[in-house]
Amino acid sequence: MEKLLIKNGIVVDPFTDTQVKRDIYIENGLIKDVKNETVGAKDINIINADNLFVLPGLIDMHVHLREPGFEYKETIKTGMEAAIAGGFTSICCMPNSNPVNDCKEVNSFIINKAKSFDLCNVFTIGAISRGNEGLNLANIGDLKNSGAVAISDDGMPVEDSSLMARALLYAKTFDMPVISHSEDIKLRGKGVMNEGIISHKLGVNGIPSVAEEIAIFRDIKLAEYFGASLHIAHVSTKGSVELIKMAKNNGINITFETCPHYFSITEESLLSYNTNAKMNPPLRPQEDVNAIKNALREGLFDVIASDHAPHSEDEKNTTLDEAPFGIIGLETSLALTLGLYHEKYLSMIDIANLMSYNPAKILKLQNRGAIINGNAGDITIINPEKKWTYKKENIKSLSKNSPFINKSFKGAVMYAIINGKIFKL
Amino acid sequence: MDYAKKDLISINDLSKSDILYFIDTAKEFKKISLQDIKKVPTMRGKTILNLFFEPSTRTKTSFEIAQKRLSADTINLSISQSSVVKGESLSDTILNLQAMKADAFVIRHYESGAPFFISNITNASVINAGDGINEHPTQCLLDIMTIFEHKKEIKSLKIAIIGDIVHSRVARSDIAGLSKLGAEIYLYGPQTLMPRFINSDNIKIAGSMDNAVKEADVIIMLRVQKERTAFYFIPSIEEYRNYFKLTGEILKLASKDVLILHPGPVNRDVEISGSIINSGKTAIFDQVENGIAIRMACLYILLGGRHS
Repeated sequence: MEKLLIKNGIVVDPFTDTQVKRDIYIENGLIKDVKNETVGAKDINIINADNLFVLPGLIDMHVHLREPGFEYKETIKTGMEAAIAGGFTSICCMPNSNPVNDCKEVNSFIINKAKSFDLCNVFTIGAISRGNEGLNLANIGDLKNSGAVAISDDGMPVEDSSLMARALLYAKTFDMPVISHSEDIKLRGKGVMNEGIISHKLGVNGIPSVAEEIAIFRDIKLAEYFGASLHIAHVSTKGSVELIKMAKNNGINITFETCPHYFSITEESLLSYNTNAKMNPPLRPQEDVNAIKNALREGLFDVIASDHAPHSEDEKNTTLDEAPFGIIGLETSLALTLGLYHEKYLSMIDIANLMSYNPAKILKLQNRGAIINGNAGDITIINPEKKWTYKKENIKSLSKNSPFINKSFKGAVMYAIINGKIFKL
Repeated sequence: MDYAKKDLISINDLSKSDILYFIDTAKEFKKISLQDIKKVPTMRGKTILNLFFEPSTRTKTSFEIAQKRLSADTINLSISQSSVVKGESLSDTILNLQAMKADAFVIRHYESGAPFFISNITNASVINAGDGINEHPTQCLLDIMTIFEHKKEIKSLKIAIIGDIVHSRVARSDIAGLSKLGAEIYLYGPQTLMPRFINSDNIKIAGSMDNAVKEADVIIMLRVQKERTAFYFIPSIEEYRNYFKLTGEILKLASKDVLILHPGPVNRDVEISGSIINSGKTAIFDQVENGIAIRMACLYILLGGRHS
């Protein structure tokens, strides 16, 4: 019988909204109430968590694993290893692999392959449309039945409003949340970065911020009208924050996500045509970064997710025009978020909500996201004061496309405990 | 009992006692079809035009047989070979046919409201044989007749209607008619195919197939059209089959003496297991048989009854 006692940690539990020094006991992969006899037991692993924060296992609900199809960018295994290195006990992978995860065969392949490694939990997100092509609904019932937790055409926004409307309704039949990559793709056009002073300076095509806002507005209205549950991924602009306020004030059943890069760096990161700062939605000016940070402080966001999007060095080693969108984020997501903890924008409870409790709730992940007797033994132990530097040679992800390489951080993950199994970092 | 209107356009135009009057009349006419010589002279000298703007096997044949058994003179206008294809308007078509002294028009049209439009421009009786996604009143009446043959009362029966409700004129007429008789109606299907504005307490959208079928006294299965995949209402026929088909297993949840109806045409093993039909558990052929009686009754009440 595997037993683990985490002693003296500051336990942050969003479910009970408490942050108190106490012990956590995990037996056979499940959290159990601490009893006096367990504390003295002999055959027990003990982690001394003095001065460390003990959070329910972090969940990154927006990750691109590149298998099947693009194993040179990332495999299921390397993605899981990167997740653990970043303190995540669960990740959810988007469907834009090749073939696209739009059917039970691909879905089962990913789930089974992930299970064959004794690493982190992997939950799959199936496609909204067959092949992410925006022409037919995917077999959403089959996806649900074979284990997918949500549907999304992330990366390929659903342009046709009637398809989006029907997807919301059809998914509702199966109690499946829909995750929207909200973007007016025609308005993005050939844009490669935020449209503004910097894109003008570099002489490249810009992506207007309204390309995001128009689409978010549409999706809010669709979800409101059809009474469906919707999650909006990777929100990046000030204008979008205004839309979130509107939606939340109207009590609409929508949740919103942002990513660490949108509150950490600006479009100036692209000044040297840095393709490792090219992503979609693009990095924005300081004004937008401030708006995202303030929205996080005001509790407008539900989720922080990395949008981990690996691309090979060869693919990124080119012009801004040619390089693909996306950066890796699993190994820097927590550290960047802890930056907001140090800046007093977020409390530890906020972080546990944004990176564990809410993702579990949105995706209806059973027995995760909170430290409750009987829940899965998923725990992330954090030292917010520990200093470290993100070095390329230490990156676990197969791809190295990050604008944060060589950045020094304050705040690190010490342990990831996944279904009771200890990963010391 | 009398029925004063010249047309049968919508079930909503009928009161509860009107419905019962149509059913009672149909019961009498059903006997004619069981005779050796299946013909009565009731409607001799009446001219009835069947205008089918949309393909139909069951309904068209059923009306035609009903008319012949009543000795009416029946003309089937084949729309594809008529002036309609030359661009004649609907109203001109009707006015010309009326000038030929038609006593009744039986209309099947792909547009909702077409029979209503026609009823307003002609003195002849108009029977709606199905209009767009709107109504199919004679189907509703024959369904009610069939239910009455198996159940004493419709009041408080749990009736599940499963499938493409939003595009089904049968469902809409059935819901209206069965509601008037006091049934508790449970609708189920993909949310994309469910009506979104229901303002009646006796009509509920079930949360699952199991909930819809559980302890149901009557189950009405609807045909799903393959074309529904084109506008994203369903992903595929395979998916529909996997999650919205009435199977023997699900059927076990229903009331012991559940009555299963289907307006036809059936997509076997799409909306209903072929084995359920093969094992004789449905009343599909009773519905077809009663269809003739109902249509005879309708013609009689609208034409014969009114003028005699």
